[in-house]
Amino acid sequence: MSAALETVGLQKRFGGIVATDDVTFRLEPGARHALIGPNGAGKTTFVNLLTGVLQPSAGTIRLHGEDISAMAPERRVKRGLVRTFQINQLFAGMTPLETLGVAVSERMGHGYEFWRPAGSKSAVIDEIVEIATRFKLVDVLEERTASLPYGKQRLLEIALAFACQPRVLLLDEPAAGVPEAERHDLLATVAALPRDVSVLLIEHDMDLVFSFAERISVLVNGALFTEGTVSEIANDPRVRAVYLGESLDG
Amino acid sequence: MQGTPTDIATRHLAETSRWKPMEFVFWLVAFGAIWLLPSHHLILNEILITALFAMSLDLILGYAGIASLGHAAFFGFGAYFAGIFAIRVIGDPLTGLVLATLASGALGFITSFLVLRGVDLARLMVTLGVALVLGEIANKMTWLTGGADGLQGVMMGPVLGLFEFDLYGRTAYVYSLVVTFLLFLMARRIVVSPFGLSLRTIRDNPLRARAIGIPVNRRLIAVYTLAAAYAGAAGALLAQTTQFVSLDVIALHRSADVLLMLVIGGTGYLYGGFAGAIVFKVLQEVISNWTPQYWTFWIGLILVILVLIGRERMNHRAAVLWARLRGKPEPRPRTIVGGH
Repeated sequence: MSAALETVGLQKRFGGIVATDDVTFRLEPGARHALIGPNGAGKTTFVNLLTGVLQPSAGTIRLHGEDISAMAPERRVKRGLVRTFQINQLFAGMTPLETLGVAVSERMGHGYEFWRPAGSKSAVIDEIVEIATRFKLVDVLEERTASLPYGKQRLLEIALAFACQPRVLLLDEPAAGVPEAERHDLLATVAALPRDVSVLLIEHDMDLVFSFAERISVLVNGALFTEGTVSEIANDPRVRAVYLGESLDG
Repeated sequence: MQGTPTDIATRHLAETSRWKPMEFVFWLVAFGAIWLLPSHHLILNEILITALFAMSLDLILGYAGIASLGHAAFFGFGAYFAGIFAIRVIGDPLTGLVLATLASGALGFITSFLVLRGVDLARLMVTLGVALVLGEIANKMTWLTGGADGLQGVMMGPVLGLFEFDLYGRTAYVYSLVVTFLLFLMARRIVVSPFGLSLRTIRDNPLRARAIGIPVNRRLIAVYTLAAAYAGAAGALLAQTTQFVSLDVIALHRSADVLLMLVIGGTGYLYGGFAGAIVFKVLQEVISNWTPQYWTFWIGLILVILVLIGRERMNHRAAVLWARLRGKPEPRPRTIVGGH
């Protein structure tokens, strides 16, 4: 069976700097996989390569067996590769309802319909409501996104990716900056994601990594340092040295 | 009134496309002016054409976030096209209007590729450059455009073969009003469609728009083409109703004025162009009578105040005041927190 997402010899150079160094990586279907690494390890560059924001200098990216290395970002999304952002990337002037509505309409191929009011298709409405319920956004559907509390914005950030019906979901530090009180909601929602969605979690927060992931890859200086199960990584002295030792002491 | 989430969602989305009472009032007044303000048809016609032009800019600025300092390129192109078409081919207004609109749209399509890359400053410069180039071409091609003397001898036939253009501007106003109204209806429908919503996501955050599968560049090309066609229609109306075209239609100040009017009137709700054009023209008339040389001083001052205080805050103050007058609870403030 082909991997949900796979890279072979992926490389990205910025001038003389190698930001992603020959990364060969495999995300199994249905995986709960975490990608960790110290600051500056190249996690963000790796995600940008996967989603098509950056073009690789060398190597291939395959989504469910299909080579997507040169594909435009929006077309990767249509094929089910969706990401969330570490810093919320939302539509400040729109409501969560409109935000989710756009994503759902776009996915259903209504994006070019210009002669019909948005929201006149009940299939779209039903799905918006279903996603809003799942992500606890029902009571704020009509508010302006910019005036939502941070925790709700964070949920919307993930709900918006979910509205694109991902087959592979890249979660970039989903808990970043979420206050303790709202953290629980968020983690429960992430844990409850359906199993047919393969998830790659890019995370700094080790509690979240250990509670969520089944496998962990460690990225150091742009290269894949090691990979293994949660207990293998947690007990790997080399990982402790380069990573855990630095950030878990506190 | 609450209901199930589905009801709320359906209602909220329907709300944005429903006509507000003020809109009916506005168009009733505009059509009522045909009979009520017979001595002002010339100036009303001018305001209307300017408003249509500003609305075309709103389509790209207010909905898709493309700032342009050269939108008069399409207005001027439409005007010259309609004028030259009337002289050289046929004087029928509707044929000329339709063809000028389509041709301006085509020009918009071609130049749209130039505004895809870069952000605000780059776009301002590129659009400005395009308008300057076209303006100079119009200046040099004297045999076709009349150059600095303007395009002389435009003779328009009657609208629909029935209504001759008259000296008092009655036919001109009715013709411009009907065309503007139809184009407005179309634009109003487009901005609340799924396509229109996707434009707003691009305006708010193009990075995320792309990350949820919206083909940002194609949407921008589509709306830029549409806005150029609208601007061309406005230009054609001006050429046909005044039966004269000068280099002024494509000049930098026209691009700047229309941007100014739109900002004064407010972006992103289609009526901003109308409000801005009315305020601009009325102020111009009033202040010019009072102090002919210095009227741009006041326009400039208003602009600075508007931008510094911020429209949202002013609208909120007005809403609070209105609620107090009617004894209703105060509306909640809409904070402007960065989402980008």
